[in-house]
Amino acid sequence: MSGYKQVPGLLEVNEALGETTLVVERERLGEAALYLRDELGFNYLADVAGADYLGWGGEVAGSWGSAEGRDLNVPYTLGPSLVAKPKPKRFSVSYHLLALRDDPVRVRLQTWLDDGEEVATVVEIWPTADWLEREVYDLMGIVFAGHPNPVRVLMPEDWEGHPLRKDYPIGGEPVRFSGEE
Amino acid sequence: MTAARTDSVVGAPALYEGTKIPSPIPSWLQVPEARRETGNVLQVNFGPNHPSTHGVLRLVVDLDGEEIVGMRAVIGYLHTGFEKSMEQKSWWKAINYPSRIDYLATFQNELVFVLAIEKLLGIEVPPKATWVRMALSELNRIHSHLIWLGTMGLELGVQSMYMYCFDQRERVLDLFEMVTGVRVHGRYCQAGGLAEDIPAAFVDEARAFCGNFQKMIGEYERLTWQNKMWQRRTDGIGVVSAEDAIRLGLSGPNLRASGLNWDIRKREPYLFYDQVEFDVPVYEDGDSGARARVRIDEMRESLRIAEQSLDKIEQMAAEPWIADERKVVLPPREELQTSMESLIHHFKIVTEGYRVPAGEVYVAIEGPRGEEGCYVVSDGGAKPWRVHFRAPSFLAIAAAPTLCQEHLIADLIAISASLDTLMGDSDR
Repeated sequence: MSGYKQVPGLLEVNEALGETTLVVERERLGEAALYLRDELGFNYLADVAGADYLGWGGEVAGSWGSAEGRDLNVPYTLGPSLVAKPKPKRFSVSYHLLALRDDPVRVRLQTWLDDGEEVATVVEIWPTADWLEREVYDLMGIVFAGHPNPVRVLMPEDWEGHPLRKDYPIGGEPVRFSGEE
Repeated sequence: MTAARTDSVVGAPALYEGTKIPSPIPSWLQVPEARRETGNVLQVNFGPNHPSTHGVLRLVVDLDGEEIVGMRAVIGYLHTGFEKSMEQKSWWKAINYPSRIDYLATFQNELVFVLAIEKLLGIEVPPKATWVRMALSELNRIHSHLIWLGTMGLELGVQSMYMYCFDQRERVLDLFEMVTGVRVHGRYCQAGGLAEDIPAAFVDEARAFCGNFQKMIGEYERLTWQNKMWQRRTDGIGVVSAEDAIRLGLSGPNLRASGLNWDIRKREPYLFYDQVEFDVPVYEDGDSGARARVRIDEMRESLRIAEQSLDKIEQMAAEPWIADERKVVLPPREELQTSMESLIHHFKIVTEGYRVPAGEVYVAIEGPRGEEGCYVVSDGGAKPWRVHFRAPSFLAIAAAPTLCQEHLIADLIAISASLDTLMGDSDR
């Protein structure tokens, strides 16, 4: 799609599985979001999802295929073990945008950041982002600079750690009211 | 009550000037300083355990007399960490989880996750399986709307509604039990098709239900639109304009009640929704009454889709219900006795699980509560790297303060009920 070339801070456009991903510079996310809403008509923010890629790209045990994945229609494509393509940074934040009109278009606006880095909030652009960004902060620990109410939304306010991070243990949480405190 | 006549997504007349969304925090209606200084403002906590909140929702409401002057919602009491749990399970075991997230739209939540897996796998689903998925999706929509209608009736003091709805709901669940073996959490979708063939008697039973339910919808309409109590407690209550609904991320029936002709089944067809005939009910009033009308009309449309799907299922009685892809799909049970290769496939899929090519997808379907979205990342392994659900209830609850402002405390519960929020869905 040529229309995306003008998006501020655009790093790359990925077309895969019928979906378009626009990767933008972290510092210019706000500009890119504003451009997408005002110039390209993405008036609806469907979802904000964070993902932690800590440990990504290790060899996936016993997997068959190529870097592009296995072609299911060719039986027994026994290739080298699949090694997923490395990711630029530890975290990704994906904004799933929708142009709510007669010819609807969906696009994924994505930015990458490391632990300790911040990304600008888009609450002023799409009010939907209020709770969606709080959720990403709560579960993934990504800080949205300028968010009007940057507190947890799903976990208790005094919770330590961010559960959806890959280094957050499973089963390590204390059992409350168990008599062992 | 005005039904929209336009086929265009946008174009409904504006219900009010500008925006009602609170600023700077869109989900928090803050008490104006001048109002607080009067000393008349009282803060009241509704919930988290309150009989009329359908679950563990906490609403912190500031009242001046009976008027709502401040409000915010506090959620998370039902947070179960499904997304984290799903990362620990192989793909085919993780299919168990989504139906527990939104425990009323069980089938559709399962479906959206399976559609995401299938998109990553690039696997072809046989037509019969798709028609069965459609029939069950629509029955599931009816089931969810029935629970909403029954409990909405309870909030408004129309007590008998609850019994009428739950009676029919049981019949839908009987159909689900017949197909999946259990009433609610069926886990009937499988990457590539269905977990089992549909029982031979299902089509007739489902038709009998549809015929009977058609009449019941008329009953519901009489109990609502001709009921003074219902009318006066929903008309003009909790109005939200089309523009604000988009900005707040409302979806599904809540969006269509504000005059937006937006239905994912029509605009971005998935399954075979482009091959069936149905209408999208749209109302322009943007109030609780319009939201109720959209849902009741939708049940009728769901019946139409279900009946058309049943016809197709009947014609396809002998056709396969799951793809013939042995690397992903369990081999037929009877082959395990005779074929060594089938036994190996079965063993590998059950112990290790199948592998899904690396990639990321976002799949959105039209659930009963709105856009059920599923964002899935795979690293090519046997377990999902990341699963995220876009919960329509989560955003509807965040929007509630916008709708409740300048209303009376008695309308609070009626408005939140009209948004059809479900705590399991919102808290995940």
